[in-house]
Amino acid sequence: MNWPHKDIVAIADLSREEIYTILDMSTSFKEISKRDIKKVPTLRGKTVVLLFYEASTRTRLSFELAAKRLSADTTALSASGSSFQKGETIMDAAFNVMAMAPDCIVIRYPYAGLPRKLARELPCSIINAGDGTHEHPTQALLDMYSMREHFGTLEGLQVAIVGDIAHSRVARSNVYGLQKVGAHVTVVAPKTLLPPGVRTWGVDVSCDFDPVIQEADVIMMLRVQRERIDEQCFPDEREYAYFYGLNKRRVDMMKPGAVIMHPGPMNRGVEITHDAADGNRSIILNQVENGVAVRMTLLYLSLGGNVNGD
Amino acid sequence: MVIKGGRIIDPANNRDDFADITVRNGRIQEILPPGAALPSGEEVIDATGHWVLPGLIDMHAHLREPGYEYKEDITSGSLAAAAGGITTVVCMANTEPVNDNAAVTQYIIRKASSIGLVRVLPVGAITKGLKGKELSEMGLMKQAGIVAVSDDGRPVESAAVMLRALEYADTFSLPVILHCEDRALSAKGVMNEGALSSRLGLAGIPAIAEETMVSRDVLIAQYAGVPVHITHISTRGSLEIIRGAKQQGIRVTCDTTPHHLVLTEDSVGTYDTNYKMNPPLRHEDDRHALVEGIRMNLVDCIATDHAPHAGDEKALDFDLAPFGIIGFQTLLPLLMKIHLEHDIDFSQLLACVTKNPAKILGLDGGALGQGSMADITIFDPGPTWTLTEEMILSKSKNSPFLGWTFNGRVVRTMVEGRTVFVSD
Repeated sequence: MNWPHKDIVAIADLSREEIYTILDMSTSFKEISKRDIKKVPTLRGKTVVLLFYEASTRTRLSFELAAKRLSADTTALSASGSSFQKGETIMDAAFNVMAMAPDCIVIRYPYAGLPRKLARELPCSIINAGDGTHEHPTQALLDMYSMREHFGTLEGLQVAIVGDIAHSRVARSNVYGLQKVGAHVTVVAPKTLLPPGVRTWGVDVSCDFDPVIQEADVIMMLRVQRERIDEQCFPDEREYAYFYGLNKRRVDMMKPGAVIMHPGPMNRGVEITHDAADGNRSIILNQVENGVAVRMTLLYLSLGGNVNGD
Repeated sequence: MVIKGGRIIDPANNRDDFADITVRNGRIQEILPPGAALPSGEEVIDATGHWVLPGLIDMHAHLREPGYEYKEDITSGSLAAAAGGITTVVCMANTEPVNDNAAVTQYIIRKASSIGLVRVLPVGAITKGLKGKELSEMGLMKQAGIVAVSDDGRPVESAAVMLRALEYADTFSLPVILHCEDRALSAKGVMNEGALSSRLGLAGIPAIAEETMVSRDVLIAQYAGVPVHITHISTRGSLEIIRGAKQQGIRVTCDTTPHHLVLTEDSVGTYDTNYKMNPPLRHEDDRHALVEGIRMNLVDCIATDHAPHAGDEKALDFDLAPFGIIGFQTLLPLLMKIHLEHDIDFSQLLACVTKNPAKILGLDGGALGQGSMADITIFDPGPTWTLTEEMILSKSKNSPFLGWTFNGRVVRTMVEGRTVFVSD
């Protein structure tokens, strides 16, 4: 079976079956990273360009390792040190990169919509590694993979996403994805951090963290930025941590078997304390590990690989 | 000159019938019933099958000169306006330098008259540099030829300054055109705020960013006892505030744009920056309310907010590209479209771009009576055509209507009896 997508721009573009295909295939790719020789020749001769116009450590490294373990050639470019700083427009940069014939461009960008535009205008595959507050599809896929790995299924799973829902591309991609695979999502935030129109998302919405904790199988904490204090979304970190932080008291309220996730980077002491981040309920590092496997799958499929690997 | 055989539609004189028009010395000399004896030896323009309309008045446009000639200048803007059947362009003050003093006003007027196409009437800034702090020299600008003052582009934040501005403008009988927007509420917004903006990951401009300012300015106008004109309203809420104000006898008028009457935020889905303008495209419910507002004479005028931006600027990300679209050459075609799709009398729509703006701005024009200025647009309602970039005479091509098919086109535009545009 052929994979029908040239690009991975948004979870909104993927069907339930396609999401499951990605999750299923990622298990075999995960095995490669456990080998002594962590490299297969699958994408030998393919070129993957990583264009990161916004700070990233985890995602960029994850993509780079994923590509390298599949034997693709990679090169990474960030905003600083590129001609972006000299005022070159992003489309000029993209056409210049395209002229050097990459097979895939992985793009992270501070504004919404660019990966969609690149997917439309460039013949190579585009993988969205996060565009503004729009989507971060590969993060949602690795999150779903990690949940399924832990619980065995996604169907009926109770997932609470807590924090700056309004400005989070991770929250958006996870909400769309989890809904497609039959999980139940509750978003938790003060009203100032809920996006306009959240009632149309088909998720439960709560401003009160405690009752949600007791019901959730997965508690996904989102990073909250200091910038939101300047925008008067909440008064200070102390009050935020008190009402919306995951601390020892709240970890103790969690259901047996429930897990803690965080896409990183964490603000320790704000949305999450060390009891939560480093305790035995945390699967935060599993998320990072699985990220490489899921991105191997996505590179493989986008660069012409067949579903089921044949 | 004689314009013969056309259907004359003139809301100012409640006229919609077939007649011949004679023009002399830039004015309409006589309007004669069909078949009446016409003066001999005159140039005859055959308008059979065509509509003969008062030249359109666009009371809100940006000609970009001085300062932004790479986007548009008075020449290219005048050519585009003439091709759109617009004989009077009212141009906003956010040029560089800002039109906040008589020297800039005179520059614009002299430039326009040397071009000799459409009538260009500048609007002066309410405050110096559009900074919202100190009143500009409205009196001297009025002597130089401004027809109104406006804060368009950078709304006056301080209510105290606004109150003084209304009183001071009224001292010189200058109409005040207000762009109502609380910029703290619109903040980094780039499209209508709501479920769609959340889904697209774009910061929203809430309806209340407009509506709170409409409310404030209506109250200030009432207190000052000065008329105000609120430009490019985009929401049902703004319309409701204006309806209430009008019912109370507050002297408030308003306009909306053709694009707010035909487009909604749904168009933003592809991140195409030709759908980025301020105020943003709103919900279908707002669009519908505005159309009904026209039908019920609550919306007084339709103005293009013609806002040229260079291709390179509009090629930026949706978050970064400038607000605004061009509108001169699509004004009349869009009115036709609204007329056909919403069953609103064409003459009612026509009043919004002729009689009503003339009245609000105190202009001699917007009518086809005996002795009226011979600003005349001849429109052929027959042909259908598709808008292409090559047809656009503006320097900038930032139109969301490229590729649209329209009914009817302008065949001739006359300013004071001089033909300034003829279609080929």
